[in-house]
Amino acid sequence: MTTNPTSDLRRLNPRIVAVVLLIAFVIVIFNALSTGAYTIRLGELIRVLFQGPARDASGDSVAHAVFWNVRLPRVTLAIVVGASLAVAGVVMQGIFRNPLAEPATVGVSGGAAVGAVIAITLGLSRITLGVQVFAFIGGTLATAVVYGLSRVDGKTDIVTLILTGIAINALSGALIGLAVFVADDDQIRTVTFWSLGSLGLATWRAVAMVLPLAIIGIAMSTRFSRTLDLMSLGDRPAEHVGVPVERVRLQTIAIIGLLASSAVAATGIIAFVGLIVPHILRLAMGPKHRDLLWSSALLGAIVTLLADLAARTLLSPAELPLGVLTALIGAPFFLWLLRKMRTGESTWS
Amino acid sequence: MTSIIKCENVSVIRTKKQILHDITLEATTGELVAILGPNGAGKSTLLGVLAGDLIPETGTVYYGGKNSSEFSQSDLAKIRAVLPQRVTISFPYSVEEIVEMGRGPRLADGDEGLVESAMRRLEITDMRKRLYRTLSVGEQARVSMARILAQDTQLMLLDEPTAVLDIGQQEKLMGIIRTLVDEGRTVISVFHDLNVAMSFADRVVLLQNGKQLGSGKPRETLTASTLSAIYEHEIEVIGVNDDTGPVVIPVQKKTSPRPER
Repeated sequence: MTTNPTSDLRRLNPRIVAVVLLIAFVIVIFNALSTGAYTIRLGELIRVLFQGPARDASGDSVAHAVFWNVRLPRVTLAIVVGASLAVAGVVMQGIFRNPLAEPATVGVSGGAAVGAVIAITLGLSRITLGVQVFAFIGGTLATAVVYGLSRVDGKTDIVTLILTGIAINALSGALIGLAVFVADDDQIRTVTFWSLGSLGLATWRAVAMVLPLAIIGIAMSTRFSRTLDLMSLGDRPAEHVGVPVERVRLQTIAIIGLLASSAVAATGIIAFVGLIVPHILRLAMGPKHRDLLWSSALLGAIVTLLADLAARTLLSPAELPLGVLTALIGAPFFLWLLRKMRTGESTWS
Repeated sequence: MTSIIKCENVSVIRTKKQILHDITLEATTGELVAILGPNGAGKSTLLGVLAGDLIPETGTVYYGGKNSSEFSQSDLAKIRAVLPQRVTISFPYSVEEIVEMGRGPRLADGDEGLVESAMRRLEITDMRKRLYRTLSVGEQARVSMARILAQDTQLMLLDEPTAVLDIGQQEKLMGIIRTLVDEGRTVISVFHDLNVAMSFADRVVLLQNGKQLGSGKPRETLTASTLSAIYEHEIEVIGVNDDTGPVVIPVQKKTSPRPER
């Protein structure tokens, strides 16, 4: 038995990744807060920040209003939603044992959007959390259906996974279309919003609804970091080392449902954040979920902030729907990853 | 010698086909039991029953005298480790990370030592930083065996541990397994290679079409007539010397007629 004493791990130290991500996070936040139709310069930004949300009597009340009522809720929502989607992606890829799994591509976000749209059409948007609860039910149901249908002999077949996603997305598209058909003008505007995804309707109320669910979901996901590592052995071997696979599966599906649906309920479908972010981090520092979860939350927030910044500045004063922008970048990436996997260049990464 | 595992009158039926008929088997401390038989004899199914993966239609499995239904998944992980025929790892983990997975969902003090000693035993310490997927099949087999060893259970259930190894690696791995048994562990393993069973096993169990056709010491049980009947091919067992056990070889017919279709 001769061994080859080499290392083929090209991994960055998680501490370095953490420092880089945190610096990038702060820079991107300040940029996102100051840039827009009304520019708030850094000095002004810091001044209105320390003034607090109470109305400013002496100084520039426009900057104050833009910062506290428009920018800050929007930036906060981008952070929360981006982190939720990226963490949902990590957990999903872990239990599906497949790096192509992502809330939007496999139809979970579509299911959540259908739930939200049904709630709006039924007039439930007036009830607190009405839309969110329906989005959660839709998203969780879609996760369970995709999971059930795409597994053969304890493994997720890539082709079946993607085809199931196509079918569920087609079905959600049709159901959303049906809802548009019966909805009145006002409702239609909100319904279209769900399928394209946008942070344009960001309010403190939206933040208040998503934030607790995101915190619960992300906190719960960290309890599964070791288990998700063990799941990469496959269901049976994971069971053999003591993982209660069936129970873990149900719990993680609930977490994915919670994170993806609350994000979709607040901003509509923002695709591919959950796909790209974990993939980049796995390449950078390896697949261990302990590091992957927190770093994905951070990078998910950064990516969503950047995408939203681009969405509202590229064609300003017009605003691109955010979901359209992430899909424009994400879809080619998805195709590249799919191609790479199908040609066997890299079975999984 | 204490009874570590026992299955009594086990029968398994899958899709209306009876895969195991009334199997009874027991293994004690310091024993290496080989399960042998042709393809489709029910060897892996029996191993699945012993591992607690499959609930038999009739019969009971006992671990240390206790009914297997009393054990949870995490209890079982402390009692038995299972080496499947092949493991595909879905993300790029390193050798060290995979061996450490043998320690299960909750890492504790002392786990590091178990992982280290398992890697030392399988001689994979210097490939600890390599990616599992870049290893040869032989190296992967050793990593998997190290993971099983790191689980540190009294009972180890192995499904063809030597299937992908060359003869040198096979002897080395069997030597390691034999040492573990001599130190007091219990190993039940499926083998295709009758000679491996002949040289290393304390006891063999012969299966054909789900029935137990014999069990006992290898030299007494693996006879030319029994093997020829089970494998439906003429087999000779030739004595070499007292140290190296007898060798099992299939007889080549000089003019073998083409099988009629």
